[in-house]
Amino acid sequence: MVAAKRDNALVVVACDARASRGGVLPGMPLATVRAMHPAVDVIDHDPHADSVLLNAIADWCDRFTPLVALDGADGLLLDITGCAHLFGDEARLLDTLIAALTRQGFEVSAAIAGTAVAARALTRGAPRSIVAPGEEARAVAPLHVAALGVDEAIVRGLRRAGLKTIGEVLARQSAELAARFGEGFVAVLRQATGDDDAPISPRRPAPDYLIDKRFPEPIATLEVILPTLLGLAKLLIAAMERSGKGARQLVASFFRSDGAVRRISVETGQPVTRVDVVQRLFAEKLGALADPLDPGFGYDLIRLAASVSVPTSEAQRGFDTNAHQAEDVALLADTLAARLGARRVVRYLPQDTHIPERVALAVPVQHCPPDAGDAPWPARADIPPLRPLRLLQQPEPIEVLAGVPDGPPAQFVWRRVTHRVARAEGPERIAAEWWRAAEPGLTRDYFRIEDESGARFWLYRDGLYNVEVTPQPDGSDPLRWYMHGLFA
Amino acid sequence: MTSARLDTLARLQGAIDRLESGTAETLRRVPLGHAEADSVLHGGLVQGALHEVFCDGHHSAAATGFAAGVARLLADQRYLLWIRQDFSARENGELAMEGFAELGLDPRRLVMVCAHDADSALRAAADALGCNGLGAVITELWGETRSFDQVASRKLTLAAQDSGVTALMLRIAAAPQASTAETRWMVRAAHSPPSEDWGAPVLETSLIRNRHGQTGRWIMEWNCDACQFREPQTHSRPVAAEVADRSVRTSGISAERLLAG
Repeated sequence: MVAAKRDNALVVVACDARASRGGVLPGMPLATVRAMHPAVDVIDHDPHADSVLLNAIADWCDRFTPLVALDGADGLLLDITGCAHLFGDEARLLDTLIAALTRQGFEVSAAIAGTAVAARALTRGAPRSIVAPGEEARAVAPLHVAALGVDEAIVRGLRRAGLKTIGEVLARQSAELAARFGEGFVAVLRQATGDDDAPISPRRPAPDYLIDKRFPEPIATLEVILPTLLGLAKLLIAAMERSGKGARQLVASFFRSDGAVRRISVETGQPVTRVDVVQRLFAEKLGALADPLDPGFGYDLIRLAASVSVPTSEAQRGFDTNAHQAEDVALLADTLAARLGARRVVRYLPQDTHIPERVALAVPVQHCPPDAGDAPWPARADIPPLRPLRLLQQPEPIEVLAGVPDGPPAQFVWRRVTHRVARAEGPERIAAEWWRAAEPGLTRDYFRIEDESGARFWLYRDGLYNVEVTPQPDGSDPLRWYMHGLFA
Repeated sequence: MTSARLDTLARLQGAIDRLESGTAETLRRVPLGHAEADSVLHGGLVQGALHEVFCDGHHSAAATGFAAGVARLLADQRYLLWIRQDFSARENGELAMEGFAELGLDPRRLVMVCAHDADSALRAAADALGCNGLGAVITELWGETRSFDQVASRKLTLAAQDSGVTALMLRIAAAPQASTAETRWMVRAAHSPPSEDWGAPVLETSLIRNRHGQTGRWIMEWNCDACQFREPQTHSRPVAAEVADRSVRTSGISAERLLAG
């Protein structure tokens, strides 16, 4: 029996069959139950664990159809349109599902109907029924209105009006019902009778292409898994090729025989149309997993889906070496991204700003627009470099000795090393972008510095002296200096 | 008999040379632009080989500039893959594209790979060296690392020879060790010429190992316009002798500088 605190009282949330035989009903105060059965076992209600479990079951249910939706806190909706024949027929699918879940220790009630609401009502009122399209109204009529899964206030209102079964409610004028319980309830009724239908909202978008392989005997070794994946990739790519598509993202799902499901996805910059590429990417990804595949007792279903697909054009490879090189590099980037993560293989795109740390935007190669290679960088002026070759990730505070407060530094200490300035050039003033942020920060005066050993630095003073920062009355130095970059 | 023997010997010698890929004729060399260094290197740095650049922690930017320049010369307009260890970026900063472009290099031809550690950086480098679309692969590692041993360097050398992609190791704050590198450089920043205000990068480069020749030590300046190294220009303004073959553009600069001065 599971109990939770509601309105400051412990109330039974759910109970098993034995408890209900003993007269316990959900909604009873725990004190009453304890008075009836002093030896009852009570478990605290943990909605989070419930939802995790429900999601795990939903993952497992993915093997029946790619369209699985959560229904409230304790139900799942599966859109099995076009899937039933893979398991024989609807009755066999239902039997398989119920048997498998029962074997895993769950108590299941399930039903199949033409609309989601009808199926939900049947699941609660008449489990294991299969209703053909058009017969929903007759099937749901004898069920209690609570089986519709509508708001409790509506159920209570209907009970007060003396309407207990769905059939009795259906006999009323829909205008009356709409006036009393709202249009939403009428829409639910229409769906329950099959007059109307609303699509379920699946947990994951259905992939464009999907292919899977079932094993009568679970497989557990990587030597079998990889070739299987390769075989699936061949079929998938052949199917996609027929409709002129290539995959940008592929997801392999491994369904373990004990119900756990693991998904591994690889992404590519260019649509994949070759099997060897798929195999290479998955081999990389599987090899680089921080948390490797744990086959446990083995996988009984492996699925490969193209979750993102784009049209490809069969272009003849020309003699343009530039295009070849770009293609090779894109392939390499995909491989490295599969191993290291997409955010770790980047190109830099120029940005329209003069704040040094924002000039170059690192964009994952796979997500670069196709014309990224043509983005113009500012033309080089005929002068020696004025910007450093290396920019520190964060400007680092330094201690500076300067002749005059707003003059160039004479000596500075960076990372506990004292550098004597041999040559200084500046200031180059870079103002904050006041039109972008509410608190843009201070104006920076940058200096190019060469120290006595010849090493060259880019450092700045934060804030305009006597304008943005003013000397403190107690004589402490308000000027803050930062090291920002290193010149070659 | 003797001639047959000599023949066999020559043939074997050739086979060994091919295996070691050491004969001067088969190697493509790219001149650095610094005359003395190029003569010691028999014409330049070898493409499709492993070159190492070492520096101590304070001169990381100078070594970065040298490696970037060398890579640009060897890559020959092709893509450049720069693999850097996370720790190196934290310690020495990220490669800044504005400065990179100002050196005359092309940020559009650069792909940056951020590796967690030395191991994954080296693995990425080994993979990248097999990619024909690349011109050069720079692997930037910080500090001493056990993973770059003889075996790892041999692996990179072979991969570079197979594909013709040049491998460059940029080792910051590390001491040189035995490896199969074609050349090994020690780079530090040098003083700018006294007369100039703010000039192009001037580097003190020591060639401390050269598989096919002598070593040496030179001061080089990176010429951002020609994208080559050169002897440091002691005179910021062209002297009279240079007037004869001075291009229109350089005269433009000097006029500007005169005006500015």
